[in-house]
Amino acid sequence: MFTETAFIRTKRRQELAMKILFGLMAFAMVLPLITIVTYLFVQAWPLLSFDFLLSNPTHGMRKGGVWSALLGTLYLVTTSLLIAAPIGVLAAVYLNEYAKKNLFTRIVNLAVVNLAGVPSIVHALFGLGAFVLFAGVGRSILAASLTLAIMTLPVIIASTKEALSSVPMSFREACWNVGASRWQTIRGVVLPNSVSGILTGVILQVSRTAGETAPVMFTGAVFFKKIEEGNLLGYSLSDQCMALSMHLFTITTQVTDAPHALPYATAVVLLGSVLVVNATAILLRVRLRARKRW
Amino acid sequence: MVAATPPVPPKIEVRDLRLTYGAKEVIRGISFDVPPNEIFAVIGPAQSGKSSLLRCLNRTIEFMPDARMSGSIHIDGANVAQTKNVYELRRRVGMVAPLPVGLPLSIYDNVAFAPRAAGLRDRDLLDELVERCLRQAALWDEVKDRLHTLGTKLSGGQQQRLTIARALSHEPEILCLDEFSIAIDPVTTMRIEDVLKELKHVMTIVLVTNLVQQARRLAAHTLFLWNGEIVEQGTTDLMFSDTPKSRKTYDYVNGIFG
Repeated sequence: MFTETAFIRTKRRQELAMKILFGLMAFAMVLPLITIVTYLFVQAWPLLSFDFLLSNPTHGMRKGGVWSALLGTLYLVTTSLLIAAPIGVLAAVYLNEYAKKNLFTRIVNLAVVNLAGVPSIVHALFGLGAFVLFAGVGRSILAASLTLAIMTLPVIIASTKEALSSVPMSFREACWNVGASRWQTIRGVVLPNSVSGILTGVILQVSRTAGETAPVMFTGAVFFKKIEEGNLLGYSLSDQCMALSMHLFTITTQVTDAPHALPYATAVVLLGSVLVVNATAILLRVRLRARKRW
Repeated sequence: MVAATPPVPPKIEVRDLRLTYGAKEVIRGISFDVPPNEIFAVIGPAQSGKSSLLRCLNRTIEFMPDARMSGSIHIDGANVAQTKNVYELRRRVGMVAPLPVGLPLSIYDNVAFAPRAAGLRDRDLLDELVERCLRQAALWDEVKDRLHTLGTKLSGGQQQRLTIARALSHEPEILCLDEFSIAIDPVTTMRIEDVLKELKHVMTIVLVTNLVQQARRLAAHTLFLWNGEIVEQGTTDLMFSDTPKSRKTYDYVNGIFG
C-alpha cells in the first residue's frame, strides 16, 4: 500500500514550487512585450492612419507622416540584405561543406564569431572610414547599406552554418558513395533540406537592420529629406535618405515641441514593419518545415 | 586439392594497407585478395577497422578529416589511389551503409540520383533503370504504385533495400555492404541475403558483418579482422571448421569470445 512519507511530500512541494517559478519567468518574458505594444498603440492612436504612412514629414517634422523615413528604411534593409545574404550564405556553405580544418578556416571562424560581437557604433565608424571616405562612395544609401551588410554578415554566416549542419552527415555520405561530387550533394540534398533554416536566419536580420541607428546615421541617413509621396522609387542608391530609426531619434531628442503622439506613431510604424517581417519569417519556416522530409 | 584450377586474377588486391586517424592507427598493414564474382566476408568485432577498410576501397576515406592511408589497393589491376576519376571509381564500387539512408527525395529520385549525377537525363532510360534496380533489390512490388512518395517514409527494411537499389543504380562491379542487417528484421535480412546470392553472378560482393553466421551462410572466403590486423583469412569452410589455423578464429566464430 502506498503511503505518503514526509520525503515524498517535500518532493511534491518542490515540484510545484519549481513549476510555478519557471512558469512565472516565462510569463515575465511576454509581459514587457505586451506592455510596450499596448502602450505604444494607445499613445500613437490619434495619429495612426494610412495617410501617416504615405506622407512626408512637414513643418520641421512637427506634422505630416513618415513616408520618406519608411521608404529609406526599406531601401537600406533591402540593399544591405541583397549584399549580405548571398555572400553570407555562400561563405557558410564553403565553411560547412568544403573547408578542411586548418589554420585558415580556424581564423575565418574566429573572425565570424568576433565580428558578430562588435558593437554597431564601431561598425558605423568603420563604414564611415572605409566606404564613405576611403572608397569615396560618399554618404549615401549604398554606403549605409554596405555598412549594415558588414554588420549582418557574420550573423548570417553563423545561422546558415547552423542550418547546414542540421542536415545529417549520413545523407552526404550516401551521395558521395554513389559518385556524386560535393556540389551535386549540396545542390541535390543539403540545400533543399536546410533552406528553411537559412531563410529564417536571413529574414531575422531584417529586424536588426531596420532598428539600427548608429551605422546609418554616420554613413547615409539625414535629418530631413523630402521625396515624392507614394513613389516606391523615390530614392536612388547614391542619395542620402531618411531612416525610421534615426527619425525616431531626432523627433524625440531634437524637436522638442512635436505633438505628443508623433514619436509613438513613428515607433509603431517601425515596430509594425519589423513584426510583419518576422511574422513572414515564422510563417515561411512553418511552411518549409512541413515540407522537411525526414 | 587435386588439380590446380587455372588462376583467376583477383578483383581486388589489397597490399600492406595502413590507415591512421591522427595518431590512432585503425588498420595496421593488411594484405588480401578478393576473387571476382563471389561474396567475400569481413568479420570482426567493432573497432577492428572493417568500415574504414570499405571507405578506403571507394576512397570516401578522403572525406574524413585527418585520415591518412598508405599501402595500395588495386581493382582489376589498377591502383585506386592513381585513378583520375574518383567519381567513376565510386560508381564502380557500390556502398551500402549500416543504417539505411533514404535520402529525403522520392523513391524514384533516390534511385535516379546516381545516374543523374553521372549525367543521364533521358527519361525512358531512367524509368527503365529505376525499375530494374528496384526489382534487383526485391523492392519493386512493394513500391511500384508510389514511386513518387518520399523514400524516408518507407519502413527500415524497405529503406535498406532502397539503399541497395541506389547502390545498384550506378551499375557497380563491386558491391560493399557494411553490416546491412543491423537495423532490420530477420525476415528482411533473409530476403536481402537471397538478393545478394543472385547478385554475385554479376558482381563481386564485399560483406562486412558482425554476424558470423551470416558470413558462414553467404561467403566463399572470409577475412577475420581484429584490431586492425588480419587474424586469419581463407575459405569460409575452413574458417568455420573445427580446425581453423588460429585458435582465436575458432573462439570468435563459435562465440567463445567477442
